[in-house]
Amino acid sequence: MGATVPPTDAPTAAGAAGADLGRPPPPRVSGPLAWARRHLFAGPGSTVATVIALALLAVALPPLARWGLLDAVWRADYQACRDLDHHAACWGMVAEKHRLILFGRYPYQAQWRPLVATLLVVLMLLVSGHPRAWRPWLLGGWAAALGGFVLLMRGGLLGMAPVGTESWGGLPLTVLLTLVAVGASIPIGIALALARRSGLPLVRAGATLLIELTRGVPLITVLFVATFVFPLVLPQAIQTDALGRILLALTLFQSAYMAEVVRGGLQALPRGQQEAAASLGLGWWQTQRKVILPQALVLVIPSFVNSLLSTFMDTSLVTVVSMYDLTGALRLALGDPQWRNFFLEGYLFVGAVYLLSCLAMSRYAAWLEGHLGRWARRETTRA
Amino acid sequence: MSPPGRPRTSLSWSTRSGRALIVQGALLALLAVGALALWRNVEGALAARQIRSGFGFITEPAGFDIGEGPVPYTPRDSYLLAFAAGVANTLRVSLLGVVLATLLGTLIGVGRLSRNLLVRAGCTAYVEVLRNIPLIILLFGIYLVLTELLPDAMEPVVLGGAYLSKGGLQVPLPSWDHGWALERPEMGPFGVSGGLSLTPEFLALLLGLTLSTAASIAEIVRSGVLAVPNGQTEAAAALGLTPRQGTRLVLLPQALRIIVPPMTSQFLNLTKNSSLAVAIGYPDVVSIANTAINQNGQALECILVIMAVYLSINLVTALLMNLYGRRVALVER
Repeated sequence: MGATVPPTDAPTAAGAAGADLGRPPPPRVSGPLAWARRHLFAGPGSTVATVIALALLAVALPPLARWGLLDAVWRADYQACRDLDHHAACWGMVAEKHRLILFGRYPYQAQWRPLVATLLVVLMLLVSGHPRAWRPWLLGGWAAALGGFVLLMRGGLLGMAPVGTESWGGLPLTVLLTLVAVGASIPIGIALALARRSGLPLVRAGATLLIELTRGVPLITVLFVATFVFPLVLPQAIQTDALGRILLALTLFQSAYMAEVVRGGLQALPRGQQEAAASLGLGWWQTQRKVILPQALVLVIPSFVNSLLSTFMDTSLVTVVSMYDLTGALRLALGDPQWRNFFLEGYLFVGAVYLLSCLAMSRYAAWLEGHLGRWARRETTRA
Repeated sequence: MSPPGRPRTSLSWSTRSGRALIVQGALLALLAVGALALWRNVEGALAARQIRSGFGFITEPAGFDIGEGPVPYTPRDSYLLAFAAGVANTLRVSLLGVVLATLLGTLIGVGRLSRNLLVRAGCTAYVEVLRNIPLIILLFGIYLVLTELLPDAMEPVVLGGAYLSKGGLQVPLPSWDHGWALERPEMGPFGVSGGLSLTPEFLALLLGLTLSTAASIAEIVRSGVLAVPNGQTEAAAALGLTPRQGTRLVLLPQALRIIVPPMTSQFLNLTKNSSLAVAIGYPDVVSIANTAINQNGQALECILVIMAVYLSINLVTALLMNLYGRRVALVER
């Protein structure tokens, strides 16, 4: 194509531009047009998909924006909300009920206590986020934070009126259930995982049976066991309230899953580690404590964060056995016949709380996975 | 006396085998003592509350009603039949959910691999939102929308041949009556009748399970496809296969092998999650057991029934998927 020189009506111009005048310019590979071609109009199928998607957005977005933002009522004004007749969102429902949703039936005047308690452990969670904080003092920090949490919630000290666990609810309860279940399940899970790989057939069989039985049944079953069977089975001496029973059940359930997480880390270690430890003359306990576990546990830290995430969502099931966690407290708030009509707004709000917390945790887990390898290597060389 | 040449096993702490024996013996004894103590507690507690024990109740009339299900059951039937009706309901919603979630999940998983930015973004947003909201929130939300915001049963929305209202969904049902015919639901003076009638509880549970499991399945499909090395697609192209043939004959069979095991656990997850039925009142086996516990107090036995049902479902599914896994497994030279 380049060889066909156009008829020379204007020879001076052609001569100045060179012989390549007839060749079209190469397609642009940068700039907004090229970007759009690559990502939106890469072929007939892609073009059709883009058109359909844009049309859907054009149809759905304006009414959604009107419903959720422009025409919505933000004040806790029941009359204004009722006049909307569901043509727009009544965020006033959340404005009116947010204390009940977030703190459940905790005495209204004392709700600064669950607020401070929750902030305390969330702060601790943020501090624990950075690998640099993974030092022995962190365990002490957690013990202090959880102690402070329980102290603030329970009261009966320093002039704080005592509040029974049956009144605990909302976000603090969800946070407490999650942290205790995951925290307590880590040591139990490690023990179960080691037992499942033990050389003693009876120990191995017992651990395998326990793990697989627990993982095979739905969480609700375990919560039923806590509600209906624990009061029959547990001796009088260690009978606790409903919260204690649920915590025990959640921990046991989570331990079975944690055991599998830890086992994954144990299996990821090359056999040579164990053999090297044996050739150094280390016994079983020494091998596990000094060689196997330190390496295996670092590998599974991102999975611990994922367990935290899934337990955070799983705790919403306790509402079935009459606990008023974040989900249960919302249902409590919707018990008010006046505001019950605006359940959709309530569920969107609570859904957003879960969504944002979980997104933060999963982003963090992904970041950790990317950085942990590098960090662990650096630590070992430094030591 | 032990034969010569074999290490003698004795109850001594100084040999490895002796230690193993002692430790396991002690464990067994501890478990036995613990179990005995717990059982005595249970006996005492049951006696104090005047609750009987044993499975004698299973043949007695249950006395409560069950809203829906394929098993013909009346309150005068036995507990056994009530549990069977619950199991049938669990299986009904789970099987349908597995099929729908697989279809939707595969679509979304493939969509996340699309070259088109909007398709990719939409599918990614779906997965991120649905995986990070608890299923029970989704279920309560869907159930309330179905039962509060839809029109009354007397003035349903008509979608094709189907009627949707607060009373549920009525869809045409193919039936055999001297040749295949489509039995259409019809609007009568007392609401819609005929066809296949689905309750709002069933619809909410099915929809919630499908939507949330589809998000997990989408991730499995996506990572399964991504796990097949690029060289495979390029090799297929080098052999002269068209892109479609390359996908069908080279890419998919290899991706499927990676996808099957995690997919199995998602199917089991969906089945286990169907137990959330109890929260919205769909009569699955857990709801039935819950009702039974409230009626006769025999919690131990009823929970054992639930566990037995789920463990059997797990075993059967694992068996089936192993058979399938063997079919798609790599045949090496």
